[in-house]
Amino acid sequence: MSSNTPSSSAGGVGSADAAAPRRNSKRPKYSKFTQQELPACKPILTPRWVISAFLLVSIVFIPIGVVSLFASRDVVEIIDRYETACVPQNFSNDKVSFIQSAVDKTCNRTLTVKKLMKQPIYVYYQLDNFYQNHRRYVKSRSDSQLKDNSSWNDVSSCKPEDMSNDQPIVPCGLIAWSLFNDTYNFSLNNQQLAVNKKDISWKSDRDKKFGKDVFPKNFQNGTLIGGNRLDPSVPLSEQEDLIVWMRTAALPTFRKLYGKIERDLQPNEVIQVTLLNNYNTYSFNGKKKLVLSTTSWLGGKNDFLGIAYLTVGGLCFFLALSFTVVYLVKPRQLGDPSYLSWNRNPAGH
Amino acid sequence: MKRFVYINDDESSQELYCDNRISNRKYTVLNFLPKNLWEQFSRFMNQYFLLIACLQLWSLITPVNPASTWGPLIFIFAVSASKEAWDDYNRYLSDKKANEKHIWVVRQGIRKHIQAQDIHVGNIVWLRENDEVPCDLVLIGTSDTQGLCYVETAALDGETDLKTRVIPSACMGMDFELLHKIKGVIECPNPDKDIRRFDANLRLFPPFIDNDLCPLTIKNTLLQSCYLRNTEWACGVAVYTGNETKLGMSRGIPEPKLTAMDAMIDKLTGAIFVFQIVVVMVLGIAGNVWKDTEARKQWYVLYPIEGPWYELLVIPLRFELLCSIMIPISIKVSLDLVKSLYAKFIDWDSEMIDQDTGIPSHATNTAISEDLGQVEYILTDKTGTLTENRMIFRRCCISGIFYGNESGDALKDVKLLNAVAGSSPDVVRFLTVMAICNTVIPIKSKTGAILYKAQSQDEDALVNAAARLHMVYVNKNANILEIRFNGSVIQYEVLETLEFTSDRKRMSVVVKDCQNGKIVLLSKGADEAILPYAYAGQQTRALVEAVEQYAQLGLRTLCLAWRELKEDEYQEWSLMFKEASSTLVDREWRIAEVCQRLEHDFEVLGVTAIEDRLQDGVPETIETLRKAGINFWMLTGDKQNTAIQIALSCNFISPEPKGQLLLIDGKTEGEVCRSLERVLLTMRITSSEPKDVAFVVDGWALEIALKHYRKAFTELAILSRTAICCRVTPSQKAQLVELLKSCDYRTLAIGDGGNDVRMIQQADIGVGISGREGLQAARAADYSIGKFRFLKRLILVHGRYSYNRTAFLSQYSFYKSLVICFIQIFFSFISGVSGTSLFNSVSLMAYNVFYTSVPVLVSVLDKDLSEGTVMQHPQILVYCQAGRLLNPSTFAGWFGRSLFHAIVVFVITIHAYAFEKSEMEELSMVALSGCIWLQAFVVALETNSFTILQHLAIWGNLVAFYVINWVFSAIPSSGMYTIMFRLCRQPSYWITMFLIVAAGMGPVLALKYFRYTYRPSKINALQQAERMGGPILSLGNIEPQPRLMEKEVSPLSITQPKNRNPVYEPLLSDSPNSTRRSFGSGAPFDFFQSQSRLSSSYSRNCKDN
Repeated sequence: MSSNTPSSSAGGVGSADAAAPRRNSKRPKYSKFTQQELPACKPILTPRWVISAFLLVSIVFIPIGVVSLFASRDVVEIIDRYETACVPQNFSNDKVSFIQSAVDKTCNRTLTVKKLMKQPIYVYYQLDNFYQNHRRYVKSRSDSQLKDNSSWNDVSSCKPEDMSNDQPIVPCGLIAWSLFNDTYNFSLNNQQLAVNKKDISWKSDRDKKFGKDVFPKNFQNGTLIGGNRLDPSVPLSEQEDLIVWMRTAALPTFRKLYGKIERDLQPNEVIQVTLLNNYNTYSFNGKKKLVLSTTSWLGGKNDFLGIAYLTVGGLCFFLALSFTVVYLVKPRQLGDPSYLSWNRNPAGH
Repeated sequence: MKRFVYINDDESSQELYCDNRISNRKYTVLNFLPKNLWEQFSRFMNQYFLLIACLQLWSLITPVNPASTWGPLIFIFAVSASKEAWDDYNRYLSDKKANEKHIWVVRQGIRKHIQAQDIHVGNIVWLRENDEVPCDLVLIGTSDTQGLCYVETAALDGETDLKTRVIPSACMGMDFELLHKIKGVIECPNPDKDIRRFDANLRLFPPFIDNDLCPLTIKNTLLQSCYLRNTEWACGVAVYTGNETKLGMSRGIPEPKLTAMDAMIDKLTGAIFVFQIVVVMVLGIAGNVWKDTEARKQWYVLYPIEGPWYELLVIPLRFELLCSIMIPISIKVSLDLVKSLYAKFIDWDSEMIDQDTGIPSHATNTAISEDLGQVEYILTDKTGTLTENRMIFRRCCISGIFYGNESGDALKDVKLLNAVAGSSPDVVRFLTVMAICNTVIPIKSKTGAILYKAQSQDEDALVNAAARLHMVYVNKNANILEIRFNGSVIQYEVLETLEFTSDRKRMSVVVKDCQNGKIVLLSKGADEAILPYAYAGQQTRALVEAVEQYAQLGLRTLCLAWRELKEDEYQEWSLMFKEASSTLVDREWRIAEVCQRLEHDFEVLGVTAIEDRLQDGVPETIETLRKAGINFWMLTGDKQNTAIQIALSCNFISPEPKGQLLLIDGKTEGEVCRSLERVLLTMRITSSEPKDVAFVVDGWALEIALKHYRKAFTELAILSRTAICCRVTPSQKAQLVELLKSCDYRTLAIGDGGNDVRMIQQADIGVGISGREGLQAARAADYSIGKFRFLKRLILVHGRYSYNRTAFLSQYSFYKSLVICFIQIFFSFISGVSGTSLFNSVSLMAYNVFYTSVPVLVSVLDKDLSEGTVMQHPQILVYCQAGRLLNPSTFAGWFGRSLFHAIVVFVITIHAYAFEKSEMEELSMVALSGCIWLQAFVVALETNSFTILQHLAIWGNLVAFYVINWVFSAIPSSGMYTIMFRLCRQPSYWITMFLIVAAGMGPVLALKYFRYTYRPSKINALQQAERMGGPILSLGNIEPQPRLMEKEVSPLSITQPKNRNPVYEPLLSDSPNSTRRSFGSGAPFDFFQSQSRLSSSYSRNCKDN
């Protein structure tokens, strides 16, 4: 006889006198929501609906695919892989010791323009097999330190590159420490080809993420030198190579902007590149590529979207077509009661 | 074992017993936090989340900000803790109100006004009319000269009629002033929760008259929370106070019930957990291998040569944290939320309001609505549940003459009216028993009409019928009854009342005719409790036939009997009775024994037949639910024939030749065993035929079968779709529920009276009918409804929708968590298996808690089929019953879908955002928005009916995603500063989104369409039929079940008595001297042959019509 209604009987003595008048007021108010009778549209998958949906998708997707593909094809790209070629013959078996030695790393490359390249031409360096997204790496930075001079010793997140000689490093962390340090010089017909290295980083980064009053300090002072050094007299907000580098890439193959060439390049023009092959990718068999590329409304050269659109559009068209054929060959009455097996066999289920 | 209460003794008992402070609170201010936290953390899921959250505090391994887990965790805990706190606060308030109520109590011989909480055991409490009783009292004085008072016990047992309470004989006639000074001792048992029993003794101290031991019963008490009515004042001694009162003791915290669905979700969670551990191990090993082979070469990562001792664990633990979102933290909250909404929908349903009383249905237990859709067995009580429990006197048989057979109403039978007018002595005696052998209280209303307050519906019917036959029970003045017959007033003095118990199955009164001083014993009771005690030589044959015949018509029968007592016989017995009623131990049994000494050698006067009409819509409801694949068992305390008759008339069983009844009976183990074996054999043979086979068992055989042949009986229970168990006790009802539950069936028990409470509490789902037998059952139940027919709607509409919705919601919750988790896992392969999180903390948290939770919550409004369609095709319930919408294979489908979608999002994102675009934050937002887009379309595709709210939630959520991310992108300090603006400006971003949606949804849509059109499930077929309009109505060639039964019952009455079983059978003969001959010694077929004769007459009737 235990009363099983904790909420209503919990009042015990107190709630009993309220019970009588509540009886009528408890009657719920009618509304479409409470009665679960909100007007609803109940679409079902009719053949017409499904086939036209697939058809519509294919009609929209195939043109977009074509346009994307054209956009991607319009982009002219010169890619030069140089990390093997720039190692002298005598070091070819031990590239790591070459890169770690003090020998001259200068290397000359020749690029031929195949097609007209309209300005601006973007200069990228591309690294392969480089895990900027590695957990140890990607976390090893201090955003507060980069932004604000006053928190220059906020280096707790930067391990293992937080302190050097018991002094905080600015900018600290593995990302900054491993800053890319190959340099490129372009010349066209023995004339210096200007590479604009201004405004290659995001404006928002320069304005808000990297402080104008933060100067590199105690950087690359340790026993182990990682990548590039920074000019201690230039504030971080103007160290654009660093800013670009610190926008970590999500994929192990990535391109980072090196600069912009602000003139058109004619077909068959030959560009001489003098590069300093400083950066060590040899220890992990990483590739280094120099990329010159124009751009389109879709970005750089990337056929993926165009091909994917064509494929999806084509598949949808195929599906629409085959559904239509199946529908015509083997029409099926929707809602045919004979599918309800209990109509055939009243007892069974 | 005993408690001695010293009346009006201000000091002695104060420390011994608790004061009258009522406390329903679970917590105090101090222990709230630890106790609540402890309760919450006793659940596995919460422990898991806490472990994850704690691990995240270790910054070396956490992939994301710990806030992304702590936030939701604290939120979830805060929500359930504040709900608890709010409930507890309300309990505190109502306790406080009750505790601070002012009550008149005697202190030092003077009446004082004190707070209710200061009442102590032994205090004398004064109550005025309409006061609430503050604690359990023993009545010692009332304003009534006879020492009577009336109480309303509705709050205690839900019975709304007034009950009389009487002061013990020792206090009778005590002076008003004396009541302040009374001293004495009450010897009473320790507090218990039995509100029907109080076996105590009272002894008054000198100078109070005789210091005899005076027995006390429940009739001498006023229990807490009752109301004093129709009595100017009353006073009593507090015997139980505070939480030790009968009400306080019966307050219990019910065991939380777990639905089959919850169990399945837990199982799936377990599977996911195992999967997660496997993934973590594999990735952990891969990560460690990669670290040792590759990462050492990646100089820029600067791995130390020698790591700390736990280094090997770091990467696996990182992956554990990364994968922890596989088990969605939001699922618990979402489920709780939607479940309470399901319950609200039941409360709100205007089609389940009892039109007679205006009481809506109510879901007390908000957590088990899905189980309603999975019910496989319904165990139902008969009286008050299937029937209206509104008794009407229909027929009677007096001294072998049948009245009311022609018209179906004895009150209009001219023969009887004539007999009454002619004062035929048999009829007069019969009517006298009808009128006064009861505990009815007549109340004269102001208009002069007499109202009867009866505790039993049968007595009410009899007294009213007697009144219509000019035997009017006019007044009861203390022990003097007044009846008026044909103008003359006859007075009787009630000497003793031998009350009804379910064991004795009869009640008697001993009265003295005031005119001639004769002492008469008047009895009424079940046939087997009266007929065997007829005096030797009385021809009971006609009566037996009458009982049989009435039972076959589904009427309730009572035999009325009478015996003149000699003065000395009565005196002798009276002493024994007094002694028996003052025993403390086994009082009930002793009384029964003493009563037995008086109740014999009856002159049986006749048989009354009372009709208890079926409730509206009962046959339709049972038919529909049976078609839905639900098996029905009827458990009743009633006679076998009555039960079978009711079962026939409400489509419970079908008549021959479609149906077949098998009887299990037997008096001894051997008989029961043989009969059980035979029934089983028949059952096995017929189980392949589309035949309705039901078995009938009575309480006695059931007792033996459950005790000795449990295995065989269990097999029978599994084979049989229908069963009728008659003459069963409340505990047997509960045992049967237990039996079915042990076979892994979902059981629903429905009943209306106190005898159903145990079965209701035992069953997976207990449904109480808030009927005329009080609210006891409704209170103990998980759902209370007004009428049996609402059960159809409760199960087919609410249960089914709840099941469907939860099935979608829970699987979707896993799906969306898995999608994001798979992407993280894929990403780990291109991030050096180092456990980098692609998504930032804010996104991860918002993804689980907000972006993907809101749209799916409106799936509580989804309806796959309209209510009408479901009602027409109840067979569709099988999808819920068999759990076809949530089981490992459907879950595998969702698992596969999440894997596919993760691949689509991941592959497209990393290819579309390759090279110069592969910036971490951008890529992560592209992938995240890809997921969000897919989610929106998945929910849209799985939604069957779109209301405005669904559109709002699905598409509004998509908009909200962008708005929220724009806001975050506008905050310079956030990691994703400007990212979203940047992305939204790129055409390639939008092109990527469309590609993800098309590539992700295309195959899903194609597959679904294919299944829908070429391999439609029955739900699909009905959906199609429903939406195409037209054929749905005509489509139901669900053969109209022969709805002939109701019609047949009445014509049968004319053609009756040929088909009776010729032998009278006391069906449950636990009385020693009843001789029991089993139905056609040992052949169960005999029984249904007789049944078949019966039904062949049915079919004849049909043809004749």
